[in-house]
Amino acid sequence: MAEAVTVEAVAEAMYQMVKDAAGVKKLKPTDLTKAMVEHFGSERCSKDLCKEALRRLMDSGRCVYTYYGGSFVELPPQEGAAA
Amino acid sequence: MADEKQTPTTPNLDELERGPWPSFVREIKKAAEKSPMSRGLLGVLERSYTDKIGHWKHGGIVGVRGYGGGVIGRYSDLPEEFPEVAHFHTIRVNQPAGWFYTSDALRSICDLWERRGSGLTNLHGSTGDIILLGTRTEELEPTFSELTQAGFDLGGSGSDIRTPSCCVGPARCEWACYDTLNLTYDLTMHYQDEIHRPAFPYKFKIKAAGCPNDCVASIARADLSIIGTWRGPIQVDQAAVKAYTKNGIDIQADVVDRCPSKCMAWDGKALTIANEWCVKCMHCINVMTKALRPGPERGAAILVGAKAPIVQGAMLSSVLVPFMKLEPPYTALKDLVGKMLELWAEEGKSRERIGEFIQRVGLGNFLEAIGMEPRPEMVAHPRENPYVFYEEYLEEEPAEAKA
Ligand code: SF4
Ligand code: SF4
Repeated sequence: MAEAVTVEAVAEAMYQMVKDAAGVKKLKPTDLTKAMVEHFGSERCSKDLCKEALRRLMDSGRCVYTYYGGSFVELPPQEGAAA
Repeated sequence: MADEKQTPTTPNLDELERGPWPSFVREIKKAAEKSPMSRGLLGVLERSYTDKIGHWKHGGIVGVRGYGGGVIGRYSDLPEEFPEVAHFHTIRVNQPAGWFYTSDALRSICDLWERRGSGLTNLHGSTGDIILLGTRTEELEPTFSELTQAGFDLGGSGSDIRTPSCCVGPARCEWACYDTLNLTYDLTMHYQDEIHRPAFPYKFKIKAAGCPNDCVASIARADLSIIGTWRGPIQVDQAAVKAYTKNGIDIQADVVDRCPSKCMAWDGKALTIANEWCVKCMHCINVMTKALRPGPERGAAILVGAKAPIVQGAMLSSVLVPFMKLEPPYTALKDLVGKMLELWAEEGKSRERIGEFIQRVGLGNFLEAIGMEPRPEMVAHPRENPYVFYEEYLEEEPAEAKA
């Protein structure tokens, strides 16, 4: 069976995706999970692994959750910048 | 600066103080005696009534570090004019199951909120949480830290599982058909990750009512409504029934004639119930509390899909499991919810509640995807459109069968 990808690698890939999308598209947590499973393959990257990776991004403060009618994952916003 | 300001004149808001009923304006004015933020709030609200437009911008930050729920970001679009409420974020605090507090716990929250926010609270919001209204961004982390020290945690907001809530259940009510408080506490702990980290297309509310009286209105307000019910005959104390007749209850008119399924009979001596027709509406039990009790085997009906009108119109929950025993560790319920959440997270559209999702994909497809068999209790009334056929009726009969 294929070797599972590490949480760190998934977190990094998620972070890059969020960074690349900044200012262009708001990504939902499910968008990130689906993209990661597709990118690494479901054999190597489970939804639970994605959940853990997302949690690390949030706990470390590299990403934050935002709300604009639905919940999104973004880079930490500039203060007072809410639309 | 704000502290020196007088309470603004508010001729429009003053109208809302008239009459004998409670007034949120009166309460904000009381708070404004001590709180600059509440003074600013009066100013911005008065301005909204004059301009006939809300002056709030929502969204943006939604939590403290690591959390994606519990804070509703709110900013004034007139920050220069009302600097005290330039930020006016709401914090949702996870309430105890059944809303039981000690006065010390309430005092600790109020004291904390007078120091760190506007001092204004709303107990309780429609989800059930303690709502702390109005604070600045820089106060969020310290407030969270103090709340956790006092034994509280943030509740849900955004596209997550919202703080589960329940009626007082067996703590104070003899009709509870299961332990609503224990179940709610258990689910709250079980779904900590899903409450704090949004991972769904939209919100998902869980409400637990101990009996069909549904004091938490779960059937109208929860995506997952857990409503206590029973199996077996309603327990009747005939002597107590008779005593009611002596106390002015007209059993025929007040009880029997009002039974929605017309399954009761009263001959002046004994009350009989055709229990197989009882729809468990609680009416008879509510009228004759001393004479009637729910049946002996107790559990809950699991319903899915209620919502208030936001993106689409309002919906009531409908039955998914007519009867489920609810005892710790509630494995069957958690398995069912897990399957529903997984499917909806995967296939639901953005801002689509689970009830809307079921309507879009069809109940049959939904049931198949979560591995459940259809049951008669899931159907409100028989099919009435003659142009819709069951698939098996359309299958070609073998040639020899036709001959
Ligand atoms: S819903 Fe039923 S059990 Fe719960 S408080 Fe109301 S009457 Fe009692
Ligand atoms: S609970 Fe409602 S349906 Fe059942 S017997 Fe009583 S009144 Fe009739």
